[in-house]
Amino acid sequence: MIDETLIPKVGVITDIRKDTPDVKTFRVVGTDGKKLFQHMPGQCAMVSVPGVGECMFSITSSPTNEEYMEFSIKKCGCVTEVIHAMEVGQQITVRGPYGKNFPVEEDFKGKDLLFIAGGIGLAPLRSVINYVRHYRENYGKVVIVYGARSKDDLVDIEEIQTEWVNEPNTEVYLTIDRPQEGWDGHVGFVPSYVKELGLDPNMTAVLCGPPIMIKFTLQGLLELGFDKSRVYTTLELRMKCGVGKCGRCNVGDKFVCKDGPVFRMTELDELPDEY
Amino acid sequence: MLKIAKERLNELYAKISETMGLFIPVNYAGEVNYKVWKEGAEVSLETLKTVKSPKNMFFPQTENMMKFKTEGKNIEIIDVRKDYKEEKPFVLFGVKACDYKAIEVLDKVFLAEPVDTYYQSRREATTIVTLACSKPEESCFCGVFGIDATAPQGDVTTWLDGEYLYWQANTEKGEALTALITALTEEGGEETVAGQRETTKAVLENLPFAKLDLSRFTPENLNDLFEAKEWEEMSEACLGCGTCTFVCPTCQCFDIRDFKTNEGVIRYRCWDSCMYSDFTLMAHGNSRTTQMQRFRQRFMHKLVYYPSQNDGLYSCVGCGRCVNKCPQRLNIVKVVKTLGGKKDD
Amino acid sequence: MKDVELKMLERAKALLESGEVARVIGWKKGDFCHDPSPASFESVEELDSFVYDYFCGANLSKYLIQMSKKEGKTAVFLKPCDSYSFNQLVKEHRIKRENVYVIAVECLGKLDIEKIKAKGVSFVTGVEVQDKEVKVTTPYGEEVLSKPDVVLTKCATCNKTHQVKDEEIILHERPERDVNRFEEVEKLEAMTEDERFAYWRAQLSKCIRCNACRNVCPACSCVKCVFDNPASGIAAKANDDKFEEQLFHIIRAFHVAGRCTDCGECSRVCPQNIPLHLLNRKFIKDIDGLYGEYQAGETDEGKTPLTSYTEGDAEPNDVFKGEAK
Repeated sequence: MIDETLIPKVGVITDIRKDTPDVKTFRVVGTDGKKLFQHMPGQCAMVSVPGVGECMFSITSSPTNEEYMEFSIKKCGCVTEVIHAMEVGQQITVRGPYGKNFPVEEDFKGKDLLFIAGGIGLAPLRSVINYVRHYRENYGKVVIVYGARSKDDLVDIEEIQTEWVNEPNTEVYLTIDRPQEGWDGHVGFVPSYVKELGLDPNMTAVLCGPPIMIKFTLQGLLELGFDKSRVYTTLELRMKCGVGKCGRCNVGDKFVCKDGPVFRMTELDELPDEY
Repeated sequence: MLKIAKERLNELYAKISETMGLFIPVNYAGEVNYKVWKEGAEVSLETLKTVKSPKNMFFPQTENMMKFKTEGKNIEIIDVRKDYKEEKPFVLFGVKACDYKAIEVLDKVFLAEPVDTYYQSRREATTIVTLACSKPEESCFCGVFGIDATAPQGDVTTWLDGEYLYWQANTEKGEALTALITALTEEGGEETVAGQRETTKAVLENLPFAKLDLSRFTPENLNDLFEAKEWEEMSEACLGCGTCTFVCPTCQCFDIRDFKTNEGVIRYRCWDSCMYSDFTLMAHGNSRTTQMQRFRQRFMHKLVYYPSQNDGLYSCVGCGRCVNKCPQRLNIVKVVKTLGGKKDD
Repeated sequence: MKDVELKMLERAKALLESGEVARVIGWKKGDFCHDPSPASFESVEELDSFVYDYFCGANLSKYLIQMSKKEGKTAVFLKPCDSYSFNQLVKEHRIKRENVYVIAVECLGKLDIEKIKAKGVSFVTGVEVQDKEVKVTTPYGEEVLSKPDVVLTKCATCNKTHQVKDEEIILHERPERDVNRFEEVEKLEAMTEDERFAYWRAQLSKCIRCNACRNVCPACSCVKCVFDNPASGIAAKANDDKFEEQLFHIIRAFHVAGRCTDCGECSRVCPQNIPLHLLNRKFIKDIDGLYGEYQAGETDEGKTPLTSYTEGDAEPNDVFKGEAK
């Protein structure tokens, strides 16, 4: 429960990791050194730099991390540019958590899970993947397909290559758009890679990435026989309040901040095509 | 029922103003809007439609929310709403039935969990005195939304007729206000009010928009209505200004912005309009790039999306301000007529 | 006026049928007799809702910025005042002149429904105009109003004539009138500074920052307005009667100075009836005084006083002092 809806808390940046040329991951705690608030995988928070603006970011760290929260932020606008220029120790403001999370305690339980991400789309998935790893016994097989423009654009590659690949009953497939020196892995776009992999259509799939990737990957999954009711994704629209009042992220009878950002593909089918 | 002689209304306003803030339609620089009553204010209860609705009493066009003081890497957040909580209670006087209904529409947004405490504190501190309509005009269509313009709700309902303002308290808050002004009141008026209501009802029933058909605006038709080809034609002349949204009593979209001052950063919120091109603009794209999409959003929200989220309650109360004020004469009535009539599509 | 409407309709039909134009920009009927909207008509069938009457006050020129970029030619009906805006937009390379077919259409002054309602006449179902009288029909009977009392503010002092036409539909000549459009400006100039400040404070404090004045203004044709640009540092939607609104309108008036044709749309569309045109007229009057008489939009080419330099130009000091040559 959020006591002061629109008034944020002060957070301190305790660590900054440069993931790619335009993505950095920021570790944030409260001024008391403790985690600011609890969340569930897929939920978001409003991060702001006073005087510059406030933006919604997905919380990339897993809820199982009791010490801090992390945000993987791509430099693409006024606020993110200022955040990227920040140093450890800098304070920012944070409020949340907002939105519906992935149904990790309901629909995902006991299922084989397929995570497909493109570029910065890994951010919301990292939270849920690490949550699943933490409660590994509650879930079946895990398949992760992750692609980016180049090997330098793969976010959190260290965690993926040192930890995720070694998880039991877990397969990790990485791909980059174009061949690159020093890359001996798969080359090609995520949607076609997904089709090539001939994945088991009984898995529950979670897609996150640029709209064009989601569109074509979904087509591929449907061709493989996946059921839309077991495919999830996240939406991103302009938000200001985060609590379904300012009206900005309204699509059909939903507010992305409140009713999303996680949506089942069957829910999206019912929404007007304006996201 | 009580009545107050018209020539004593200024005494009434002065009495209320002694202990409470009084917001009332006042003619200022040629236009009538809700303003704080002051001695000498040109009150105009007869004005059917104030330019701005009274929504800005609870949801001001601009309001400061918090202040940030930054020093080096540190930030201090100062909650400026404490200033509001100490505000004295106020009376909103002369609210018409449509505008009163609009407050219910706003309540469902701002008082839904998580409650917007900025709105809530003002809402709770307010006693609303409504005023029945006796001279509706051609742009009025509140009846379409089940509103009885001759007997609005509110903490107190009043009727203006002949030489008197008739007064009926409906709630505890209303009784408390009545107790404050007993010296100015006398008993009586039931017959006059009943007579006025009957006459006005006859006018209301024959208003040009009284028979607007809303039956097609249901959640089931959401996608059909969204896809309707008529949106292009209907929105063609739209200037993309915010007049309709800003004069609308139910529009509540807002923006939150920061403003740098010498004493720190002030974060304020202000009315925003889905008609504006930057409403949905993000660093990497915009989900509504054409005026047609923005125009469609506004009316779909009022007639389909909002009702679908709120048990069928429309986010339009038929006040007709958009009918009167749209620079190019586009409005919700034209949308309802264009899209509403075709049930067999 | 009905005869003019029929003639216009006839031409619109012919132009669409022959394929000479792909669309016609005019006005279409509303729900009442007094609420026509600007509209484009792409087929003869669509012309069923075409209307031209005493309430067609909207200036259609600005729509041509978009329309003239579309496939095929666009025909447009322009009233005298609209023709200046049209020329100005052509001059500023906003309208593609070669894609537009201009039909100059007569105007004897348009009516303001708000002014009629302010006279206590509502439920207007029809109007008939004869010289200086407006006969208004309502369900309760007829009312006769004085036309000068109920015309749009922009029409009250208009003596404009068509500045551009590919053809014209003029069935009734409007008599030349003895009007001084600067009368209100002169009244403001005659005030003391304090009085004038108080006047504008009161007027501008009504602003709700809806941007209708800007969005309707043919001179406000920036692709991205500085007030909408988050990168400008002054983007704002706030309504603050202390400071900001006054600057918004004054900055806007400065920006359109020398280009404003005095079409009066800003005041027509203002929901709070702020006489915004007076800010522009003050500039026009000053420009006339400082640089010699100049009317923006008289031609679609040539130099303008504020964008050209001559040795005889007024010194900045003259401007500050408000001293005309």
